[in-house]
Formats: sequence, C-alpha cells, structure tokens
Amino acid sequence: MKRFNEVDVVLVGGGWTGGILGKEFSEAGMTVVCLERGGPHTPDDYSVPRMRDELAVGQRMSMMVNTTDNTETLRNKSTETALPYRRLGSYLMGTGVGGASTHWNGHTWRWNDNDFKIRSNYETRYGKKYIPEDMTIQDWGVTYAELEKYYDKFEKVSGIAAKAGNIKGKKIAGGNPFEAPRSGEYPMPPLVYGHAGDLFAATATKLGYHPFARPTANASVPYTNPDGVKFGECQYCGHCERFGCEANAKGGAQMTVIPAALRQKTFELRTYAWVTRVERDASGKKATGVTYTNTVTGEECFQPAKLVVLCAFGLNNVHLMMLSGIGEMYDPVSGKGLLGKNYCYQTGSAAMLFFDDHHFHPYMATAGIGAIMDDFHGNWDFDRAPYGFVGGSTVGTAMYGGRPIQWHPTPAGVPAWGAEWKQAAAKWYDRSMNITATGAVMPNRGNYLDLDPTYRNRFGAPLMRMTFDYYDNERKISAHSAEVINRIAAALNPTHLNKAVARQSWSSVPYQSTHNTGGTIMGTNPGNSVTNKYGQVWAVDNLFIMGASLFPHNSAYNPTGPVAAIAYMAADIIKNVYVKNPGKLIHA
Amino acid sequence: MSDTSDQQPRRDFLLRSLAVGAGAARLPLAGAAATAAAPATAAAPAPAPAGYLWLRPDEQAFVEALVNHMCPADPLTPNGMDLGLNLFYDRALGGNWGQGDRLYLQGPFKKGSANQGYQLGMTPAQLFRAGTEGLAAYCAATYQKPFDRLPAEAREAVLKGLQGGKIELANGVPAATYFAQLLQMFYEAMFADPIYGGNRDKQGWKMVGYPGVNTANKVNIVKFSNKPYRPEPAGIADLS
Repeated sequence: MKRFNEVDVVLVGGGWTGGILGKEFSEAGMTVVCLERGGPHTPDDYSVPRMRDELAVGQRMSMMVNTTDNTETLRNKSTETALPYRRLGSYLMGTGVGGASTHWNGHTWRWNDNDFKIRSNYETRYGKKYIPEDMTIQDWGVTYAELEKYYDKFEKVSGIAAKAGNIKGKKIAGGNPFEAPRSGEYPMPPLVYGHAGDLFAATATKLGYHPFARPTANASVPYTNPDGVKFGECQYCGHCERFGCEANAKGGAQMTVIPAALRQKTFELRTYAWVTRVERDASGKKATGVTYTNTVTGEECFQPAKLVVLCAFGLNNVHLMMLSGIGEMYDPVSGKGLLGKNYCYQTGSAAMLFFDDHHFHPYMATAGIGAIMDDFHGNWDFDRAPYGFVGGSTVGTAMYGGRPIQWHPTPAGVPAWGAEWKQAAAKWYDRSMNITATGAVMPNRGNYLDLDPTYRNRFGAPLMRMTFDYYDNERKISAHSAEVINRIAAALNPTHLNKAVARQSWSSVPYQSTHNTGGTIMGTNPGNSVTNKYGQVWAVDNLFIMGASLFPHNSAYNPTGPVAAIAYMAADIIKNVYVKNPGKLIHA
Repeated sequence: MSDTSDQQPRRDFLLRSLAVGAGAARLPLAGAAATAAAPATAAAPAPAPAGYLWLRPDEQAFVEALVNHMCPADPLTPNGMDLGLNLFYDRALGGNWGQGDRLYLQGPFKKGSANQGYQLGMTPAQLFRAGTEGLAAYCAATYQKPFDRLPAEAREAVLKGLQGGKIELANGVPAATYFAQLLQMFYEAMFADPIYGGNRDKQGWKMVGYPGVNTANKVNIVKFSNKPYRPEPAGIADLS
C-alpha cells in the first residue's frame, strides 16, 4: 500500500462542499488533499456542439455516475427483497470534479427555522398529537440566524439570480414574501419567466397567491463573483439540467471554489481516487486518514490526515460511514441506532396544459427558469390542520429545455405512436406548458438506509440498501399540491388538461428528484444524531460530514442552499476554533 | 419508397439474396428492397443507403416494418425508414448503450416490483433480440406470418398487445418491458441528433419545431414570447 505524508485535512469528494472547504482551508494555510473518485474537469468538457446532444447527455446521462461502479439496492418496504438500481431513473448523481454541481439545475433556497425547528413549531401550533408516532422529525440544532451570512456568501460565490422578498424584515415586492429576512439583495436580477411563467404568475396572482422568480444559479447578466470568477450571460439554450454549461453561466464548484483552491500551494486535488474506508486509531475515537484506490492503476493508497471530512454526495457519505463501521446502524424495529436513520426524499405532482392559441417555445429555457410560489410551504400562516400534514410544497412552472426525446407532450388519450401521435406531437410541442409541485418528505420509522446482504460494487463492497416509500403524510402533501395545481390550471382555461394526480408510492423509474437526504443526521446531542450542527461526528471528533445526509428531514426546497451554508459555517469554526484546540465543538 | 405493407417484397428479397449466395447478402443494405428492382446500372441515389451493422436480416425486416408503422408517411414527414429510424435502432443496439454500458448487470436476478425498475439480466441488445425472437414465434403461431407481412391493423393489435402485457411471449421475455424499450427507441430515433442515424435531415425536429443546437435565445425569449417562431434547425454536424 502506498502511504502519503500526513496533511492537515483530507476531503472525500470534489463537489460543492469539497470545493468550499478546500478553498477556505487552503487559503487559511492548512494543507489539504481533496480526493475525487471521478475524473478531472477541463473547460473542453462542455464544448459545443457536442454538449448539446440530448441522446448522449440527457438520455444516456453521460455526466452521471455509472451504476456498474456503484449503485444502491432499493425496496419500498423492509418485507421486500431489495434489488439493484440497475439503470438511473428517479435520482441522478454526478461524478468527477464539480460533482452534481456540473449538471444541476441551480435552484437555491434559504431553508429557515420553519424547517430547522420543525418539531417545536408543529408541537407549539398544532399540539404533540398532530405529529404521527412513526414520524421521526426533530429540531436540527441550527438556526437561520446562524446561517444567514453563509447563505449570502454562497449566493454571491455561485451567482444566484433572483429577487429578494424580505430584506432585514422589510417586504420587497417581486420576491418571495415568505422567505426569512435577508441581509441584502441577491447578486443578480432574476431570469425572465418565459411565456409559461408569465401566464402562471399572472393567474396565480389573480387567485391570491404570491409567485416570484425561482432563485437559481444561472447568470441573468454577465457577472463576476467575489473571487474574480467571470460568469457568462445565460443564453436560455435549453441544455442546462443534466448538462454542463460551456459559457460558465451556471455556477458550479468546478468553475468557482475549486479553481480558487487550486491556486493555493497547500491544496492538492487528486482525481480517480475512490475512497473505500475511513481509518481510525485503536481507540476508535480518532480518525487517522482514509484508504482509497487509485482507479487508474488499481493501487491502494493511504492518505493520513489530522482531520477527515466527508464531502461526497449524501448517499455516498452514508455508505462510506457504513463501510467504515463507524456508528451503530439504525434498526427500524427497535428504533435504535442512528446511522442510516431518517432517509428522506421528495414528493410532488405535475399537470400538463395544452393551448390551441399559445406559443411557449419550450427550448428557450434554462434549468432554473420559471415562476414559483411558496404559499404552501414557506408560508407558516398556511394552516395545515385541515389537510393533516407536516411540511408542504412549492408550486410553479418547470419548463427546463423542451428537448424533444423527453418533451413531446400530448393530451391524455392520444396514441403513443402512428399518424395520430405525429399530428398531436407536432401540434402540441410548442403549445404546452406544465405546472409542477415539489413536496417535502418527513422521516418515517420505516424509511432508512443500511447495507445490502447480497449485491456488491466494483470493489466488492456491499451496496447500500435503500428502504423507502411515501407514507400518509407524503400522500396528503402530494394530493394537496395536485389540488392547487389543478385549481390554477383550470383558471388558465387550457384547451386540454392532463390533470395532476397525487403520488401514492415511490417508484425508482421516472426521474423525480436528486434530493436524497438523511442517514447521518445532525442534532443536539449524541443520543439523537450522528453529528452536531457543524457536521462533527459525536463519536469521532476529527471526522466531519457535509452535505444533505446531515438533514434530519427533507423540505420542499432544493437542498444546496443549506448544504453550502453549513459547509461555510463548519469551515469558519474549524479554521478559527477547532484547529487551535482540536476536540468537541459542542459538549452535549 | 420502402413501403412495408403486406405486399412488401423486402422479406422475399432478403430470402432470395440469402439463397443466391451467403457472401452477397451478408450485409443487406437498408432500403435495399426498393432499389433491388432498379437496373444494376442505374445511377446511385443520393444519399447512399447505409448498411446494417448489428441487426440480423429477420430483425431488419421487423424494425423496418415497426418504424414505418409507428411513423407512417404523411404530410408531416416521410415514413420511418426514410427518416433513418431503422438505422438508429441498428446503431443504438450495436453500440455502447445496446451492449449494456452503464447498466448494473450483477446477479442474482429476480423479478421485482414495478417500482424497483429494470431487473432483467440482459443488455438492451439482448432484450431486443430475445423479445423479437419471442414476437416472431407469436406472430407465426397467431397469424402464420411474420410481423412485417401483417396488415396495419394486425400490426397495431400486436403492438398494443405487447404494450399492455396481453401478449405472452413463449420464451419468457416480459412483453411490456420489451415493448417499452422499442417505444423509447422510437422517440429517440425520431428526435436524437441526426448524427445517430435517425431524424434524417432533422425532419423529426422540423415536425415539432425544435431548433436542435441553434440555441442562443436570450433575445428571442422576449422578442418571440407567445408569437410563432420556427427557426431552421441545426444539428451537431452542421456546427462541427
């Protein structure tokens, strides 16, 4: 085994959080090695016209993880036999330098105390009995006030285009009226809505809702971030979601924090480095570094470090903790154990609207375009009691590219092939718009992650096993969101309407969301969580975890905002407090 | 050209070719049936028909009939073969994706729930081949004719039967899974960049009004908001 010299920090994964921490630590003079299992990034990766290939990139998913390297096994209930996620579908993980930030849509939200204090909030307003016994929600132990400046920093670094709705308590017209107070405006004005967004916004407003432009990492104007990184102006090219941006108009780690870290002499990025295990000393309470395989040579390597930080996609962080045997595995029967607990996903619903007399040009789009409303999620005044759920959903338009293999909508009842199909596809391609909802998922005792007893990855390690389904709470959220969508759709008076229907059970087949959360949750003490609010593992002081695996539940919002903000907060306390006096940052 | 009604002589042509000499017919040409009747000395039509790389002759006949059925000639586009859809199937099945790229194929293989997704131990190419064998047996038993010789109504009934899982394939291939792949490939063939063989002359894109890689819309999204706009599409080859 090849053994490297010890460094101050080893980062597992080179996406947003690895890039953020790599930059912050190396600029503070710490020696950092970042290990990325995928390949390097060059600007040529996204060269045009080859990047604008729907078949290769959007359909065969050339930018995503290869399931033959590693995947998960899936089942809805623990009474079933889990089977491999053989072909990507429901969620799409990225790989290589930049990780999912290379292909993401860029939707970036500031989660607030509605979520961070979820159990307290609901118990106070609706009473303890309102929360089902099998719903394992808990307060996070972090507050919006602590994260505000870090949200602000990330919005500037990643280049978020949007309009503020609340600056220091003052409501601003045009923004999200339900957002928590911000210290300042977004760095860029919002994108245009497009015709579908215009229609949705006008009608939703008439119905008394509060639509606004979805906050997203697509540069609405030419932009230079605080580190001097230049963003091109978004051209609404329609090749954004699942694609890389050749114009650097979509903020990603590969074009912002990682190049900035690479300018520091003390930062080293090692690609094709697949970490297989976090190593600990004999006490088990101190990490000594990580073992990885160089996937080019096959050589096994050990990288010693004073501090180990897991910065991979959330599911992979959980998997690595399990493969390293750190922490007690969650048992759904006894409710004991914390590793793998509170795995969550998202729900939602969608309608398609067809208009004889409108032109939507669905290909004039970005992955973040559209009008959206937060009346049934961020709006705490929305009374959930009549619906009986915890959480909520955001509702808006999601016209992300109009690429025709995946976008050729036809009214219900039209045949799927033949002359009639051709006529319908030709007629409606340009005359259709959608309205979609993204809904929260609350943790349930029966939803969890553990190791599969049968299936293995390319290194012979057990795959992670995902046991997940929607429970009553999620079905109620989905049904409510479908009702809202159908109300707005009816008010738009389309020629045909494919109505929104509630999701009942989770299927791994159609794409839904890459917002897989939980498994190494944060909390207030070692009895209810794997880490504290800084991602510091209670049981191993010098091991930290970043990413959405820290989330004790999932919201209707996209996860990247708090993922990045928590990383910045952790970076600050590690640089300023931990390195001077290594040990527990919180005693509980 | 390339009509595949029940009068279609394509299968006969293939069988004849095979009978004449194995070497001569080892790589039958797409659309060869239509040119076979022409004198050997006729000037080559443009564009030259492309050959098959992966599909066997019986599979070629099936795919040609399938794509002409799914995409009949009408005022919107020529028929499926004239769009090159059959070639898309050939290239896709013979290429990386068809051969199982990015598909986790470690066993054991078990029939899962619908929510668990694809669980067969077969690559897309293997699924196509086994499914098409099963379908040939079904058509022979039911109609005493191969799919490509069936009239349009019978073809439609067969495809609907596969889609709904109402047809059981004797070799055990799940009919709905097989058909879902055929149908997904049809959309891909219609709308993928022409560089992959289908969507010839960007006619699939023209049919719906998709501009391909012509995509600088910063001005257009405002200028043409809710107004008709049909730019001439461009493909990868046009910009390379």
